[in-house]
Amino acid sequence: MTNQNDPLIIAGKNYHSRLLVGSGKYKDLEETRLATEASGAEIITVAIRRTNIGQNPDEPNLLDVISPQQYTILPNTAGCYNAEDAVRTCKLARELLDGHDLVKLEVLADEKTLFPNVLDTLKAAETLINDGFKVMVYTTDDLMIAKELEAMGCVAVMPLAAPIGSGLGIRNPYNIRFIIEELNVPVLVDAGVGTASDAAIAMELGCDGVLMNTAIAAANNPVLMASAMKKAIEAGREAFLAGRMARKQYASASSPLDGTFY
Amino acid sequence: MMYIVVNGESRQVSDRYSAENLVADMGLADRRVAMEVNREIVPRSTYAEHWFKDNDVIEIVAAIGGGAMSCV
Repeated sequence: MTNQNDPLIIAGKNYHSRLLVGSGKYKDLEETRLATEASGAEIITVAIRRTNIGQNPDEPNLLDVISPQQYTILPNTAGCYNAEDAVRTCKLARELLDGHDLVKLEVLADEKTLFPNVLDTLKAAETLINDGFKVMVYTTDDLMIAKELEAMGCVAVMPLAAPIGSGLGIRNPYNIRFIIEELNVPVLVDAGVGTASDAAIAMELGCDGVLMNTAIAAANNPVLMASAMKKAIEAGREAFLAGRMARKQYASASSPLDGTFY
Repeated sequence: MMYIVVNGESRQVSDRYSAENLVADMGLADRRVAMEVNREIVPRSTYAEHWFKDNDVIEIVAAIGGGAMSCV
């Protein structure tokens, strides 16, 4: 099975890559472009900020480098701590992107852990879905909340594997697994991946995809790490589809014992 | 004259001052931006006819690099 006939389907659209990447923390836009290309990602998340922040009028715009014609742009509400700000951000993003209505909802609760504010996430998701947005939602690895978000109409549920930017890997694979088993919409790990093996583990658990930013951008060589992540996602997906062997406590010879001459 | 607040900064402008005037004065006319005035979206197609009022609070945003809470 190849990724050509195993698409990731989000809000009715097929994607060949199961790796979604952020566009933050890179040294410059050229590194952003090269790492994004190397990742093979088709969905790129971007932040929405005042024009006088992080922009020099003489420099190219992020969307000149990460073109909405080439990529699916996924505006995020990163930095929002309440439902109202998250909804405003999504509405501005939709206007910015000519009506594009796929968004990554992320409402934060706490600056130290960047854990989601689940109560306001639920409120914002409801408002956004009623307004016609297609919501991919960042949340805790809580099964009941994940089910509620699916029931509300979120197009993807994205539990954290570990705190944003921590690179600690999949801290609670059992919870992630419960969510994968119970939900019908795509489940993507969003946040916590540190290196390629973490991404592979997420995919081996049966995740539909992984969204990451810091693991690539904060690597010594982001472009090479982007390439590593692409392969890890593909390897993990194939291993999941292949179905791993059962774990056994003792050894089991892989060469036949019949026909030995000693 | 009147005062408007743009991205958190107060600006003194003429009494007849449009969204189109503002993006031009900010050097953003050719940029992909989005605007809200008093928390309501102003569609780009209406900039020329959208006249500001005294004390309007305006946000003009663009897309920048970001993944989760991070960057900027």
